[in-house]
Amino acid sequence: MPAFVPYLLHTLFPPTVLRPTEIGADVLIVATGVIIVTVLTRQKKWGWLWREWLTTVDHKRIAVMYLIAAIAMLFRGGVDALMMRTNLALPSVHFISAEEYNEVFTTHGTIMIFFMAMPLIFALFNAVIPLMIGARDVAFPRLNAVSFWLFAFGALLFNISFVVGGSPNAGWTAYPPLTELAFNPGPGENYYFLALFISGIGTTITGINFLVTILRMRAPGMTLMRMPLFAWTTLCTSALILFAFPPLTVALGTSLLDRLFHASFYTLGHGGMPMMYVNLFWLFGHPEVYIVVLPAFGIFSEVVPTFSRKPLFGYTAMVVSVVAIMVLSYGTWVHHFFTMGAGPSVNVFFGLSTMLIAIPTGVKIFNWIFTMWGGRIRLTVPMLYQLAFIPTFVVGGATGVLLATVPVDYQLHNTYFLVAHFHNTLIGGTVFGLLSGLYYWWPKMFGYKLDERQGKWAFWLFFLGFWVTFGPQYLLGLEGMTRRLWTYPLGLGWHALNLISTIGAYGMGAGFVVLVYNVVWSMQHGERDLTGDPWDGRTLEWSLPSPAPEYNFARIPVVTERDAWWAMKARGETTAVRVRPDEISALELPRNSAMPFFLGLGFFVLGFGLTFRWWWIAGLGLAGILGAMLWAGFDYEDRKHVHAEEIRRIEAALGRLEA
Amino acid sequence: MALPHPRVRRAWVRGALLAGILGLALTGCGPHYVLLHPAGPVAQGELHLMVLATIAMAVVIAFVLALLAYVLWHFRDRPGRTAPYRPDWTHSRRLEVLWFVIPAVILTVIAVPMVGQTYALAKLPPKSDPLVVDVTSLDWKWLFQYPQQGVATVNYLVIPTGRPVLFELTANSPMNTFWIPELGGMEYTMSGRVLPLWLEASRPGVYWGHSGQFSGVDFEQMFFTVRAVGPSQFQSWVATVRRTAPAMTEADFRQLLNPGTVGTLTYASYPANTFPAVTHGFTLNGGMYMVMGNQPKDNASQPMGSGAASPSRTSREAMHTMPGMSGR
Ligand code: HEM
Ligand SMILES: [Cu+2]
Ligand SMILES: [Cu+2]
Repeated sequence: MPAFVPYLLHTLFPPTVLRPTEIGADVLIVATGVIIVTVLTRQKKWGWLWREWLTTVDHKRIAVMYLIAAIAMLFRGGVDALMMRTNLALPSVHFISAEEYNEVFTTHGTIMIFFMAMPLIFALFNAVIPLMIGARDVAFPRLNAVSFWLFAFGALLFNISFVVGGSPNAGWTAYPPLTELAFNPGPGENYYFLALFISGIGTTITGINFLVTILRMRAPGMTLMRMPLFAWTTLCTSALILFAFPPLTVALGTSLLDRLFHASFYTLGHGGMPMMYVNLFWLFGHPEVYIVVLPAFGIFSEVVPTFSRKPLFGYTAMVVSVVAIMVLSYGTWVHHFFTMGAGPSVNVFFGLSTMLIAIPTGVKIFNWIFTMWGGRIRLTVPMLYQLAFIPTFVVGGATGVLLATVPVDYQLHNTYFLVAHFHNTLIGGTVFGLLSGLYYWWPKMFGYKLDERQGKWAFWLFFLGFWVTFGPQYLLGLEGMTRRLWTYPLGLGWHALNLISTIGAYGMGAGFVVLVYNVVWSMQHGERDLTGDPWDGRTLEWSLPSPAPEYNFARIPVVTERDAWWAMKARGETTAVRVRPDEISALELPRNSAMPFFLGLGFFVLGFGLTFRWWWIAGLGLAGILGAMLWAGFDYEDRKHVHAEEIRRIEAALGRLEA
Repeated sequence: MALPHPRVRRAWVRGALLAGILGLALTGCGPHYVLLHPAGPVAQGELHLMVLATIAMAVVIAFVLALLAYVLWHFRDRPGRTAPYRPDWTHSRRLEVLWFVIPAVILTVIAVPMVGQTYALAKLPPKSDPLVVDVTSLDWKWLFQYPQQGVATVNYLVIPTGRPVLFELTANSPMNTFWIPELGGMEYTMSGRVLPLWLEASRPGVYWGHSGQFSGVDFEQMFFTVRAVGPSQFQSWVATVRRTAPAMTEADFRQLLNPGTVGTLTYASYPANTFPAVTHGFTLNGGMYMVMGNQPKDNASQPMGSGAASPSRTSREAMHTMPGMSGR
């Protein structure tokens, strides 16, 4: 046996990844991999997978890939959560070790924010935005695929840490000096910084892409103030991404320099300043929480009017408040460390600025309620999530104001009260919003509806499970329980509430199982959407067949007012979306490309090499990246020509061609 | 009703209610709700503000919930519905101004006392003569040094009642927060910085403290106890420690810096240069900490220095060569 083999084995599989849970995961991963490979080979599907999916630049297919990845990550993050809750169910339970607990809470938070919420948001952006604004694709289709593959390979890099080398274990915030090499010698934190770095590049590109798409590619007549609100929130989210991710990139990059090349930006000795990292992180981190919640606001602004059969109440106020939130959210980051001694004037300033942000948020809540006022409310699953969102998110906002009250935060910072606050906003806001959007746009994405009855089961499990889980955590905060504790002694009186909280968590877990069942069942038996407009919708995407053809619009519609499709229907102009054969002309569509996949792969190899400081592997990855970029630079044939005849044939098959 | 399984829903609601009641019954609003049972003026003030803010927010929550319930009840699409369908009513300047103003007013109610309280907490009470305790968080233990008394403890504190205690917080480890919930809010401990925090116990008792910032594998061991005793008892405790406890040697100190846990320890004295004098960070008056010894001391603007001018101070350079500060 060559000498390097034991070294390799010990580096890749140190004792920390040979615990029973990890071995179980290994077996599961290998088994799943074998099954997938076998099925693909048996059915001769490799070529199909490559041509139709892995190299696609079609925003609708990229959306589906984001969606699959996000649901897988929701599963992983959810299992992490259940492991934590199991360990906390009773005092002094040692279901998992402290080391494992620390890894699990770190991967839970990181995955839920960066690899679940973000891709789920991008799934909906991709699935909906071009259709909604009357565009044939996003502004930069190939970059869109680059974004996806950077995200996907970043997520892969992060997830293999569990079985190869060891997971990060310093929380999703990764504060130094705990992440310093001296305190954290394993590869775990390298994984964290590199995976976020790679997927962060993808996220930034997505931000630019949708910013340009919305600003430049709207259908004729769709002025900014005629845009659906989801387009507005996408615009603001993209702008937030563009300005919030650079500080994160700097924080990640400098931390990496500390760890890989012994720089001393944040180290204990040599004049490092850990607090600089904290500032940079939250300069990104607070806008980030709005990056994940603004899309939910947009979704509700589409769902509520549709299911109330009434236009959005106070459209202008809604737009103004989204923009206000976007701007204000850059001015509140210090509220995450009021207790780092910045002095009373700084704290008061940021306390007030944080409270200020609650006002536009309140305006939005009232406007949604008044959209329903005088409407005809249909209690479909998307609407149920909206109705659950209001109380849940209002409580989250209210507890946020408590935390923004500086002296109160001195007591509540880093307790379970804080944990409950941000789950109220993240689950009650982001997750409920995204689930609402998923049920709402599912027929548009896949051509069939998700079963409503099963959907309601999943909903009630999530909603009630949420409150049973997180309601008690507010009280635990008042009992002084701090976050990120892997276990606790009996005498503090924390056990009863923790037990209830754990029961609720399993309720939410059951909700996830029902949700997946709902999707799988509906694939076979779900009601097909033959009209393209199953909800009696208001915006342009509902004027298209479900799912939309590759080119989306055979003829780009002309918009004259808000809720364009609703207006067309009201005027009896539904034939407006039918086209005469002579109106169809040939199209240039973006052409599939393997470059994004290989670029992502290059980044993955680079990241893996850097994680273990194997420079030659890193060099290989870098060469791959440069190669892919050169290839992209000299590949001028990035468009394909589609003949008018073919479009006519497709439209005729869809029954949309005028005789 | 558009919801197909009311039976299931009712069972769930009943289950949730039962769980809630059970939770309250099992835990009560007893003394382990430490934030609701303050034992000193700082925690008391913070609780006051918390109650005020909670009431204000409860008003908002109740209002929104009531409004939502009303709208749902009246405007649900069901047979026999009487409420008018008004698809054209999409805008009302007056209402929009109203729900801009109401939250603003409610937030002002919280904001005004918040500002006052924040500034108040940033100063020691006037004319007080605080006990100074130098706090260092270590992996995974707390070192408490009493510069005025010259004694030191690990993982427990003894403080006099009725007298402000000025904690000077630093770390020789990853960050932690120093928190005694019954006495008042937390503050970070960070290496290279000294942050001030004053707390006071109004009544004798034994309180627990803990860190709120995750600091590694034995973070869960960062609990400590605080014994608040009458002033004379405090003096006799100090005398006893001086008489009976061992002195902390350099070797002892270095031993403490090693990662690991220990129980409680008591020392009659401790070596110099084990607590940094120089650092970034703010004083209780909002000024910057100064380099001790390099600057003429102005007691009025630097209450930190008063009484705390112990021989254990050292220069910035010395701090960076402190054992354990590098090469760990
Ligand atoms: C009315 C609006 C809000 C206010 C006033 C508010 C206020 C705050 C404050 C003051 C903190 C810091 C508390 C502490 O660390 O001691 C905080 C933490 C947090 N908030 Fe909010 N918040 C609001 C809305 C949101 C939203 C919409 C989200 C996400 C969708 C969110 C997610 C979070 C997260 C994730 C943290 C904690 C992060 C961590 O420490 O790991 N908040 N919030
Ligand atoms: Cu979580
Ligand atoms: Cu924030």
